[in-house]
Amino acid sequence: MAKQLLSPLPGVFYRRPSPDEANFKNDGDAVAAGDTVGIVEAMKSFFPIEAEEAGVAIRFLVEDGAAIDAAQAIAEMD
Amino acid sequence: MTIKSLFIANRGEIAVRIIKAAKALGIRTIQAASEADTGSLACKLADDVVVIGPPQAAKSYLDIDAVVAAITASGADAVHPGYGFLSENPRFVSAVQAAGVIFVGPDAETIAKMGDKATARAEAIAAGVPVVPGSEGLISDLNDARAQARRIGYPVMIKASAGGGGRGIRIVDDEASLETLVPQAMAEARAAFGNDSLYMERYISRARHIEVQVLGDGTDVVHLFERECSLQRKRQKVWEEAPAANLPQRVRDAICASAVALAKRVHYKNAGTLEYLYDSETEEFFFIEMNTRIQVEHPVTEAITGIDLVQAQLRVAGGERLWFSQSDIEAKGHAIEVRINAENPLKMFMPSPGLITGYAAPAGDAVRFDTLLYDGYQIAPYYDSLVGKLIVAANDRASAIDALTSALDTLKIEGIHTTVPLHKALASNPEVRNGRFHTAWLEGWMGAGGLSAKS
Repeated sequence: MAKQLLSPLPGVFYRRPSPDEANFKNDGDAVAAGDTVGIVEAMKSFFPIEAEEAGVAIRFLVEDGAAIDAAQAIAEMD
Repeated sequence: MTIKSLFIANRGEIAVRIIKAAKALGIRTIQAASEADTGSLACKLADDVVVIGPPQAAKSYLDIDAVVAAITASGADAVHPGYGFLSENPRFVSAVQAAGVIFVGPDAETIAKMGDKATARAEAIAAGVPVVPGSEGLISDLNDARAQARRIGYPVMIKASAGGGGRGIRIVDDEASLETLVPQAMAEARAAFGNDSLYMERYISRARHIEVQVLGDGTDVVHLFERECSLQRKRQKVWEEAPAANLPQRVRDAICASAVALAKRVHYKNAGTLEYLYDSETEEFFFIEMNTRIQVEHPVTEAITGIDLVQAQLRVAGGERLWFSQSDIEAKGHAIEVRINAENPLKMFMPSPGLITGYAAPAGDAVRFDTLLYDGYQIAPYYDSLVGKLIVAANDRASAIDALTSALDTLKIEGIHTTVPLHKALASNPEVRNGRFHTAWLEGWMGAGGLSAKS
């Protein structure tokens, strides 16, 4: 069963550390435990979303710059 | 001319505060709102609401073209910028004035001059106001560093002139350490920034943050005494008070006089704040910067002087000369403000936006709560986390802290996490109660488990 990566808080989801940089991860990438897969901006602060465990073939479920809710799945992986 | 209608180019608790001040003066209010803010308390209280753009601040409250277009269309004769957003943006001020609308604040030139650290420092020196002793120009080599450090006095802080955000900063205690640290810092700066020039200034290890409120009409300037904001986390003020605890009267007189001298030199108009570092061991104070707007913590000054600063801003902007002189202003008692943020202090201050499922304002004599909250309000994640400011006043500091504790017990905010537990812990802390803290104290106390140990 696919493992889901959840946002700990509501905010705006970003896949890149800054607009000029590459995505943290792309669809199909392998993920190690502790890897940052995205960041959430909430109340003028930025929080990394880190994978709690390793996985293969990550698939993102929300777009860069999308508004997300707390506990919303932002990606899944096998 | 007297202002008859006012456009509020801000949001949150300060928008509510400005609307109340305008209403007290019989001024019609027009509230700017992003699409996420149309249900805000400010929008409920204002006479009119204008939607200026999408939720993201960059596309609404920070979009100069959008805000100026909304101001012009509203027919307002003045704009209050609040704090943050466009309040200290000279380009915005020029655009407002070009549209024939009064900006409630100083002119663009003063904002630009005092908003730039280098020119503000030069103005301060010209006005005879002490600034943090620093190197004259950049440091080119070790010999130069040695000479400059002797003049400035140890300990000194060396920074890469191309660095920023605290990178490449070293604290140097004596000449022996300087001999090793300067070449190191230069090599590092060259590697990191391709530029090895350094800047040096006196390091004040236990600095307190003291600031002076001024009010000018372009000719006369008065001060409304000082505030202390030394309790900070990540350079954000957490707890502010007026007057500063344990400040010798001689120092108070000197620091307030210096603020007036600098504000007079730049013909300051409207409310402003001059920020200083204060070294309680040597009783020296140093000007660091000026904020050319109303500050978050202005209510503590209002509580001890009885002067409504936002109403004063509107009257001065409308063309009135100051209606009181320095000798009419008296400071009475002690006031404390704590910032109630939608953050979980027990979980690394993670933001906690969400639905307010229960709310009761704090109760008590001389208790004030400036807030954007109401029962059923949805706090959006797009803006900063300040949801309210609890202000208490009493005859003396100890009684004010007791009043703060009681008020915190009666404040009810349900549905989100807030920083109330932090303030309760601070209010019962002996060092806070004795007024023995500096700008690094709070983080040190938290690092040592102060918050978790207490609650």
